[in-house]
Amino acid sequence: MKARVLGAVAAALLLAGCGGTSEPGSPPSSGPSGSITVFAASSLTAAFGRIGPDFQKTFPGTMIHFAFAGSSTLVAQIQQGAIGDVLASADQPNMQKLVNAGLTSGSPSIFARNKLQIVVPAGNPKHVTGLADLGRAGLVVVLCASAVPCGHYATEALQKAGVTVKPASEETDVKAVLAKVALGEADAGIVYVTDVKAAGAQVQGVDIPASLNVVADYPIVVLKDSQNIALAKVFIGYLHAKGQETLARYGFLPA
Amino acid sequence: MSLEARIQASVSGFELDLQIAVGAGELVAVLGPNGSGKTSVLRVLAGLMPLDAGRVTLDGVVLDDPPTGVRVAPEHRPIGMVFQDYLLFPHLSVLENVAFGLRSRGTRRAAALTLASQWLERVGLEGYADRRPGSLSGGQAQRVALARALVTSPALLLMDEPMAALDASTRVELRRELRRQLESFDGVRLVVTHDPVEAMAMADRLIILEQGRVLQSGSPAEVAQRPRSRYVADLVGVNLYRGRARETVIALTGGGSLTVAEAADGEVFAVVHPRTVALYRTRPDGTPRNVWEGRASDLDLEGDRVRVRLEGSPSIVAEVTPAAVRDLGLDRGDPVWISVKATEINVYPS
Amino acid sequence: MASSQRNPRGFPAPPLFIGLAGLGAAFFLLPLAGLLVRTPWGSAWQLLTSPEALTALRLSLLASLSATAIALIVGVPLAWIFARIAFPGRAVLRALTVLPMVLPPVVGGVALLAAFGRRGLVGTWLEQAFGIHIPFTTAGAILAESFVAMPFLVITVEAGLRGMDLRFEDAARTLGARRWTVLWRVTLPLVRPSLVAGAVLCWARALGEFGATITFAGNFPGRTQTMPLAVYLALETNPDAAIVLSLVLLAVSLAVLIGLRDRWLGAS
Repeated sequence: MKARVLGAVAAALLLAGCGGTSEPGSPPSSGPSGSITVFAASSLTAAFGRIGPDFQKTFPGTMIHFAFAGSSTLVAQIQQGAIGDVLASADQPNMQKLVNAGLTSGSPSIFARNKLQIVVPAGNPKHVTGLADLGRAGLVVVLCASAVPCGHYATEALQKAGVTVKPASEETDVKAVLAKVALGEADAGIVYVTDVKAAGAQVQGVDIPASLNVVADYPIVVLKDSQNIALAKVFIGYLHAKGQETLARYGFLPA
Repeated sequence: MSLEARIQASVSGFELDLQIAVGAGELVAVLGPNGSGKTSVLRVLAGLMPLDAGRVTLDGVVLDDPPTGVRVAPEHRPIGMVFQDYLLFPHLSVLENVAFGLRSRGTRRAAALTLASQWLERVGLEGYADRRPGSLSGGQAQRVALARALVTSPALLLMDEPMAALDASTRVELRRELRRQLESFDGVRLVVTHDPVEAMAMADRLIILEQGRVLQSGSPAEVAQRPRSRYVADLVGVNLYRGRARETVIALTGGGSLTVAEAADGEVFAVVHPRTVALYRTRPDGTPRNVWEGRASDLDLEGDRVRVRLEGSPSIVAEVTPAAVRDLGLDRGDPVWISVKATEINVYPS
Repeated sequence: MASSQRNPRGFPAPPLFIGLAGLGAAFFLLPLAGLLVRTPWGSAWQLLTSPEALTALRLSLLASLSATAIALIVGVPLAWIFARIAFPGRAVLRALTVLPMVLPPVVGGVALLAAFGRRGLVGTWLEQAFGIHIPFTTAGAILAESFVAMPFLVITVEAGLRGMDLRFEDAARTLGARRWTVLWRVTLPLVRPSLVAGAVLCWARALGEFGATITFAGNFPGRTQTMPLAVYLALETNPDAAIVLSLVLLAVSLAVLIGLRDRWLGAS
């Protein structure tokens, strides 16, 4: 009881600014309608920013709201009672936490994959050519914190390469790593291919060979407390089908 | 030791333009109403306020001379200043307050504290060294301020309204004490006050200031007897006598005697306000204890009153209405009976 | 019950008004109550003394105290200038220096990067001339905290200096005190209550700094991961630890406010 009251207060605070979850309006006679809130990993920001409007065009009368953050943050928020309909995580472990907590409806499905890339400022001033260079003394490297998927993937990749990195900072999400590199504060970081692609001209990517790379699975699931399970399912279905094209354009690998 | 100052300076609202010369060992009171520029004079002399024109020298040393750009900073002037509400540093003990000037001027701590204790003893506050200024009475604070100003042996002592922060009930006592302390200091002493009685009781000489200019200067007696303006008359328009009291009778230094209501003993001041002096053509009957005959030497119409100067023993100034002068048929040189009630005479030790 | 209480000024407040006040109070009290209810008291000590928590605690103390020291060294002179010297542009300069009080701290962090970052105004030069790199270092965390917290000291001390009787300084000068002596032995001791209040407020603000620190200095345990950053990260991995750390910060802040209630908050 107490926990539910707390959860409601937390949700109200967390969701301020994300908009309501059920828009009034006359639903069309057939097909999905209404609105849903999708919690999505920050690496999906650009791709979903495209897919949302596309979906709404395909299904008039629907409205998709997105809340982007690090997957671990999103999971923590949902556990604290944040109200939404769908979670798209950038890794399995965070998703598993939610499944274990019984907060999902149905089992998660993988809708996209991503892989890591080294990000460096445009022009690659420090001539970073691979993971081995990240261990170089004097090179300022930022990584994601290990609680965040991009953090533990990076650790995994570095382990495979047998490289020890002393990061200057452990950022709380992948966008923060990207920002530090884009600003020139860091010489290199490890992020997703998709992030480098979305970041534009200020940065460039240095490929990590497949043997050392880590493929991140992006699972998606309907949340137990969803107010619009129908629309949530349609949205997930769309991602698996028509959405794949857009995801690919943003650098995601097919599921 | 002497101070010579020609001061021209802008103060908010008016120009200060005056000349002051104070001789060695002289105690001069600058007397004037609020806003007359008295405090500004002190601030200029202390170096806390710049001079537009003029010149200040102390014992031949130039302190201010705008034409040549000389302006000795306050901390380098050989002065001591007692501020209106004493401004003892609340965060320092009484002893540290007194030692402050010595420490600032480079005296070693131990030596400074020793000398400061001696000064505390000198002003009768030896038991108060460790107290905070906040716990002192007004009179005690005044003595600490004086000790603090004098401990560095300044050539010039400046005091701004030293009595203003004190209780009226203790003022007379404390004034006598202050006078005693000041007499033991041989430098140039300048006291600013708005209280004529205080000025007359303490100073060798008065400088009357109004609107930044010197209106009159002279000994208290001179100033009191020959006021040259309504302001000075009001300011010092009292009959001040010095004398030796025995019981309720005071034998006046200048001749004559006064009977007063309260018994006293020793050297005293007696103040009679001119308005309390009654005049008669014939010897009056009744209760007044002081009745004597005099001669009107001067009549001055001042506003709605006439100031009548009377030669006698003692001489006195009376203030009466023009109607009374008419009724009495009083004119210059006429004899007249003078009467003052014993209860109207204010007596205090000198 | 509340409305039946005597109002010393004699004006009876409408019950609705008092009800709204109660709502306001509840709004502040409930989150604190929530924190207390959620605190895992059994394991609190263990969580608090875990190496991670202790590292963050130690760094927080170091960084916030250093930030306070910096604020005292440069903030007090700044307050003095604002209080005493009239110069063209003073109002603007003053507004700019207290801006971090109302600026979102993240914006402060971005601005710090623009100044002291590797490609920043000063940072470029620092890096080239001395090889000094401020972001991602403890110095960076200290700088971020100073930036956000110093205004609290500046405005508190400035108010103290404005309220001070300047004639005490005159008195000191007539007693032979030179400028530094006046400052050290008279001015600063006289505004001591403001100095203490300002320093404590500044310290408390520095201790709680998050946005500017994570933006400018990043997050690395033992180097730039202060308590608030540790709380933020722990919330995702170990919520119990986050709550216990929050409670420590809460207790410190509360102690500061209670300690200062007379001086700064103006309550009787």
